[in-house]
Amino acid sequence: MSVEIVNRPHVENFIAWSADKPEVVVLTADLTNSCEVGLWRDTYPERYFSMGMAEQNMISFAAGMAREGFEPWLHTFAVFLYRRPLDQLLMSVAYPNLPVRLVGFLPGITTPGGVTHQAIDDIGVLRTVPNLTILETGDATEVESVLDVAHAIDGPVYIRMLRGEVPRLFPKDEPMAFGRARILGTAGASVDAPAELVVLTSGISTEEALRAVPAVRDKGVGVTHLHISTHKPFDDPIVLAALRSATHGVITMENHLITGGLGSAVAELMAEGGIGVPLRRIGLKDTYAHGASQGYLLAEYNLDARSLVQAMQDMLGRDLDVADGDLSEVRIAAVHSAAKAEAL
Amino acid sequence: MLVVLRPDGGYSLGVSDHEATQRMADRIRLRVFEHVLANNGGYLSQACSSAEQLAVLYSGAVRMAPLAAPLAPPPFVAVPGPGLERVSGGAFHGPKAPDLDRLIISPAHYALVIYSALIEAGRLDETALASFNVDGSTVEMIGAEHSPGFETTTGSLAQALSTAGGIALARRMKKETGRVVVFMSDGEFQEGQTWEAFQALAFHKLDTIRVLVDVNGGQCDGPMDSVMTIEPLAARLEAFGASVDSVDAHDVPALHAALTRETGRPHVVLAYSDPTRGIPLLEERRPILHYLRFTGSEERDRYRAAYESMLETS
Repeated sequence: MSVEIVNRPHVENFIAWSADKPEVVVLTADLTNSCEVGLWRDTYPERYFSMGMAEQNMISFAAGMAREGFEPWLHTFAVFLYRRPLDQLLMSVAYPNLPVRLVGFLPGITTPGGVTHQAIDDIGVLRTVPNLTILETGDATEVESVLDVAHAIDGPVYIRMLRGEVPRLFPKDEPMAFGRARILGTAGASVDAPAELVVLTSGISTEEALRAVPAVRDKGVGVTHLHISTHKPFDDPIVLAALRSATHGVITMENHLITGGLGSAVAELMAEGGIGVPLRRIGLKDTYAHGASQGYLLAEYNLDARSLVQAMQDMLGRDLDVADGDLSEVRIAAVHSAAKAEAL
Repeated sequence: MLVVLRPDGGYSLGVSDHEATQRMADRIRLRVFEHVLANNGGYLSQACSSAEQLAVLYSGAVRMAPLAAPLAPPPFVAVPGPGLERVSGGAFHGPKAPDLDRLIISPAHYALVIYSALIEAGRLDETALASFNVDGSTVEMIGAEHSPGFETTTGSLAQALSTAGGIALARRMKKETGRVVVFMSDGEFQEGQTWEAFQALAFHKLDTIRVLVDVNGGQCDGPMDSVMTIEPLAARLEAFGASVDSVDAHDVPALHAALTRETGRPHVVLAYSDPTRGIPLLEERRPILHYLRFTGSEERDRYRAAYESMLETS
């Protein structure tokens, strides 16, 4: 089954979404078209503000606008929202719990821009920030629906955003739900039914996992697969139920360092819940990445479908005999939404 | 007590008004001095340098709604979070209104001076300093945004000007005419964010911004020109698109005139101040005046004698 590729899903969607929300303003730092808000600027010039390459000022400025009743949506590359201006994010925005939306593009190794442009540590850094909500988009449906999720939150929100050609993995009528994992398949009749392996993925890693998990399931392995879009708070009862159902182990896969991100959050949940099965975290392992294509980097850092299959084999202690050809396509036929959780 | 909001909007004061403002400045200095003596130390030089500036801000240069009576500081309840009612030190500046000004205090370590100014302005209960730096109180040593007089969280210096810029931009979008006045310390001009803010204020033509800077020339490590010089400050600011008035920080009429004139640009008043003003004993502490901690009872007694002498002549 082929996957629909949506070209620049944020562009028109954000314009339409903003039409009846005069409080929404956009601030950018010289990456307006790169962050797909050039047409938004031309549509709503009176509420678009160019702040130049000065992110510290931009974040504190946004705080001032939020204090006056506006909802600033900052658009720039993710790295520039939390590295240099972290103090401003903490003191001007997060401490006062202001409704500032930080839309961060180029998460992890999705860019050939190299170390300066690759946000590989953002979730880890920002999970330590009180009052801040962290969301991540994994497909076009989530790029579209993350707007409503963020808009409804009383406080600041950081969004790991996708741009350009984005696959639609999830039905358009099944939007992102705050604090709720998507169930992309269960080993038994429900998410708490025993599963040999429980796989949790986020962002672009879910697309890779959708190549791997069905192929492994075809080999008779009971796998429950969840897609995570809310990193903080991380208290979804579906996630806890799935983790408790694991009989052999849990695997996380993320486009991020394995420290601080999804793998760490799952480890914390398992330790606090006394869930005593092995955990394998797939992600960048105490390393920066470099400038190269996404496919090249996914393979180099063992973040691709093949690496997930390998991890599942290791955890089960047996060769599953999955051929490369089995991993070539995203198999969204296996996707089961939260709305259809029981309909395996 | 001074009348804070004048019928004319507080923009043209006579000689007697300026004399009253000077007396208010004297009382701010005395009140801070009294507190420092009682607590064996504190930010005394900031009171010396800024007393007239704060007296001017709180006696008409900033158009604020009057309060029926001084407010008591609220007890600490919680830090801000989802679903919680916001506690703002801005309440001490009176109810907000489209045509009134905002006053944003940037240097949070001036808190003791700010609280003292609020008391002298009739906006903060006279007993408030009893809870200064006391557990469970919002009258914190370093002002947070629940502390009297503080509208934003600015203990990490140089963020308030950017936030004030955002407030000014938002108010312009809402067609509000009130100004946004920011009180800053000169050390903040070593921070890069201050210059980012000025370039943005000029670019977005935010001429409702007024910045008053206490240029006392000192910082933690000593004289600023030995740590990292910021001069020529006026020329730098003008190059960034601001209009600048440099004035004697202890000249009340000059401060008032400089703060209230229209320039069509973000306007900065550089108030060159003497951090020992009114308490010459501090001279022997030079070059480090940032924080006063008495070396022993002998020094404390000498400061007490100086205080009592000031009290008699006031």
